[in-house]
Amino acid sequence: MAPKGLDYELLNENVKKVQYAVRGELYLRASELQKEGKKIIFTNVGNPHALGQKPLTFPRQVVALCQAPFLLDDPNVGLMFPADAIARAKHYLSLTSGGLGAYSDSRGIPGVRQEVADFLLRRDGYPSDPELIFLTDGASKGVMQILSTIIRGPSDGILVPVPQYPLYSAAISLFGGTLVPYYLEETANWGLDVNDLRNAVSQAKSKGITVKAMVIINPGNPTGQCLSEANLSEILRFCYQEGLVLLGDEVYQQNIYQDERPFISSKKVLMDMGPPYSKEVQLVSFHTVSKGYWGECGQRGGYFEMTNIPPKTVDEIYKVASISLSPNVPAQIFMGLMVNPLKPGDISYEQFIRESKGVLESLRRRARIMTDGFNSCRNVVCNFTEGAMYSFPQIRLPPKAIEAAKSAGKVADVFYCLKLLEATGISTVPGSGFGQKEGVFHLRTTILPAEEDMPAIMESFKKFNDEFMEQYEDHKGYSRM
Amino acid sequence: MRRSVIGGAKRTTTTTCLFLLNHAHHRSLLPPLHHRLDSSSSSSSATALLLLLRRLSSSSSSASSPSPPNMPNPVSVQSINPKVLKCEYAVRGEIVILAQRLQEELKAKPGSLPFDEILYCNIGNPQSLGQLPITFFREVLALCDHPAILDKAEAQGLFSADSIKRAWQILDQIPGRATGAYSHSQGIKGLRDTIAAGIEARDGFPANPNDLFLTDGASPAVHMMMQLLIGSEKDGLLCPIPQYPLYSASIALHGGSLVPYYLDEETGWGLEVSELKKQLKEARSKGITVKALVVINPGNPTGQVLAEENQRAIVEFCKQEGLVLLADEVYQENVYVPEKKFHSFKKVARSMGYGDNDLCLVSFQSVSKGYHGECGKRGGYMEVTGFSPEVREQIYKLASVNLCSNISGQILASLVMSPPKVGDESYESYSAEKDGILKSLARRAKTLEDAFKSLEGITCNKAEGAMYLFPRIKLPEKAIKAAEAAKTAPDLFYCRRLLNATGVVVVPGSGFGQVPGTWHFRCTILPQEDKIPAIVSRLTAFHKSFMDEYRN
Repeated sequence: MAPKGLDYELLNENVKKVQYAVRGELYLRASELQKEGKKIIFTNVGNPHALGQKPLTFPRQVVALCQAPFLLDDPNVGLMFPADAIARAKHYLSLTSGGLGAYSDSRGIPGVRQEVADFLLRRDGYPSDPELIFLTDGASKGVMQILSTIIRGPSDGILVPVPQYPLYSAAISLFGGTLVPYYLEETANWGLDVNDLRNAVSQAKSKGITVKAMVIINPGNPTGQCLSEANLSEILRFCYQEGLVLLGDEVYQQNIYQDERPFISSKKVLMDMGPPYSKEVQLVSFHTVSKGYWGECGQRGGYFEMTNIPPKTVDEIYKVASISLSPNVPAQIFMGLMVNPLKPGDISYEQFIRESKGVLESLRRRARIMTDGFNSCRNVVCNFTEGAMYSFPQIRLPPKAIEAAKSAGKVADVFYCLKLLEATGISTVPGSGFGQKEGVFHLRTTILPAEEDMPAIMESFKKFNDEFMEQYEDHKGYSRM
Repeated sequence: MRRSVIGGAKRTTTTTCLFLLNHAHHRSLLPPLHHRLDSSSSSSSATALLLLLRRLSSSSSSASSPSPPNMPNPVSVQSINPKVLKCEYAVRGEIVILAQRLQEELKAKPGSLPFDEILYCNIGNPQSLGQLPITFFREVLALCDHPAILDKAEAQGLFSADSIKRAWQILDQIPGRATGAYSHSQGIKGLRDTIAAGIEARDGFPANPNDLFLTDGASPAVHMMMQLLIGSEKDGLLCPIPQYPLYSASIALHGGSLVPYYLDEETGWGLEVSELKKQLKEARSKGITVKALVVINPGNPTGQVLAEENQRAIVEFCKQEGLVLLADEVYQENVYVPEKKFHSFKKVARSMGYGDNDLCLVSFQSVSKGYHGECGKRGGYMEVTGFSPEVREQIYKLASVNLCSNISGQILASLVMSPPKVGDESYESYSAEKDGILKSLARRAKTLEDAFKSLEGITCNKAEGAMYLFPRIKLPEKAIKAAEAAKTAPDLFYCRRLLNATGVVVVPGSGFGQVPGTWHFRCTILPQEDKIPAIVSRLTAFHKSFMDEYRN
């Protein structure tokens, strides 16, 4: 028979190379078990509402009114919606041309981009140009758009932290570029050493790879660390010297669970550094409505802000954005609401604060319960989740377990996570999906299960883990870094 | 003449893409993008620029203390992905930029121009031109966005009973009723069930919810397929000319080859299988592996609705040649003539007895078109059939990298494929709204078509479906000379003059592709009906004076 267009052998090789562990083997197995009726605790994706987090009331009221603008003319609307939500809905509808049902400008509604720019000014103390802010269907789309603009072929390299959020490795393979890893140092609380970066770049160069960009994830995913101002300025200086675009994944900027290292944006640090850096270093930073105390993953709302990107390149990025017509408009309204929240004195203000604080404070407690829980387990060590939504414990697997995994045809941490899933229903992502040093194994869980369930989850984890270790440990030592 | 142009190697393998539909009718402060970088001229100018940049950076850095950048700017136009550069983008070309400028002028100095508003007939964006959404759909969406009110007695006063019922049904299909959660990467299973049932009701053949991938509008689904199909410029896709430029743009972005086939204007933009065969053979002789055939039905920009018999021949052709059939069926609800009916390619293939083993078929559907026109929601789906499990896994993987499509759009896609039924409380208002919109679109199409046809030198096919007219203008020699002197394509020249005189924004045919030496423009039928007479009289007056000026 003649070959057909979609025969597996004929597919784009770059597609086949893509790996995306967050929805990989473990997730599929968990879904199967769930279908069989087993109770599964999904801690594989940072998806708060799926685990019971309630949406903030005010933004949902505003978007509902924008969806059904005829309600605004109904004399009874005030019975169900507070006046500030009604006013805000009118405000956003006036910024659109044709409401939620019309394509917007491909970069997003100009008025919402202005609200983002105002937010950035308040956050960083430096003006931001709405023409350099593009709204997107979630931050992932933005990241993919920028990477596809940067990457020409396999000799273009992108510096990516290891462990990393696999969106980066997946997108780089898809666009046919080369991932140039730099390792975060677990023993230094997942810190980043600029000397390592230099080594990574020179090694890549010796292989004929031009490193064009560097990705940082701050707060870290899956590693949860918050970068210090000093560290960020080192990174920016490095990017300046090497001529790299810095891609700042800052989607977890609201998720901070300690007070020593608050979130500080790459843009602020860059501007604080002054010229020549502030005028030269190319920076794209990403944000989303999916994280923070919003957790509105299902809306697919995000933006990126470009700094020091040449206007002609911005035009090209705009052109590519326009091929997808426009980001979804409801999520643009969510973004507007996120960057321009209620103010003291607004009718709904107190409820809004109560809800958002409730979420954040609970996340902070959960981060603590989880870290402590992992650290109480045999052969498990875990850094504290300073920020983001994940815990990334190292599992020191005994050689016998590694062998057992090998004979089962599995990577050792996949083996462990599958066993964990079967025994407890806890669905995690093996560290190998994020990258880790050779011979060292981790898993990622989110800190998102409901607070009241947390002690039981950690207990069931500990029971499984300690039994697993008992079964495989021959007390002669185990795999260590 | 046609033959020589189509047959030229360059023409077939070129990946230059044209994308001009965008609606950039909002304020844009960006400078116009006129630099078209064709590979020969750009490389030398790029090198020169690079040298200049290097020199500049070395001279400036000698004064500053920190070590200088030792690399060229990583995201300058010289160093970004050349496939991105290759896309040609006529929207930001003159016409829309001019329209935006005129709009600013009108705002600043009302009455300063011969018209008092800009009429955007360049893009299929109905609600931006005043079309109202379908009430029932929006009620359900509002309730799903804010489920907290579903339980409240007051909700009964504000929402129809069946919208409340439907919202409950939908929420119960969503795990945890969490509309703010990422869903399954293919879309919420319950919604896919509903859509599959809708497809089945439409076609009379079963549809499998696992064959459905819900996407943020149809465009990302098209991109996903291109990503899958295209590995290099050796991979080709047969695309209609004229075509919706999403195809040329995405083929260029993914580095493949567009293999054109021409629709025959004489027979109402007919799609001849003999033409497909000829182009396929020619492409193959150049070493191109043609992997798929794109068919847009109803046609964009050409508005034709394919006859069932024609569709059968197309299916047979794809089966014989092992081509994936990419069926853009986003205008399936937009059919305006009683003698034509929309038939999905899946129905046609199944009725021929062809199943999964015979044909790889992808059907794209969108919430943006039809009578609902919900462009801003970015909802859509593709139904993929005939794929091996291994390939399907690859599609799933691609979908999962982006996590999922937006939930509002997913819900709306399920509503569009399963609207209120006879007996439901909202049925009457729903069908009145739907019929009102579709009938009005049919009247607008007819009025505009008649108006175009009555003009000197203009011929115009019927808009049997979709949202566009694509009239052909026989431009007088003098006008073509004038355009040449102004260094613009003649159709662009005409469209610019039209805009300047009337405020009507249309897209030159060159953006869609046309038989060389013929000139067209695309005009949507979407302005509200009360505006149509004014548009017609302005168009007529303009065309008359244009012809008076340039008639031989």
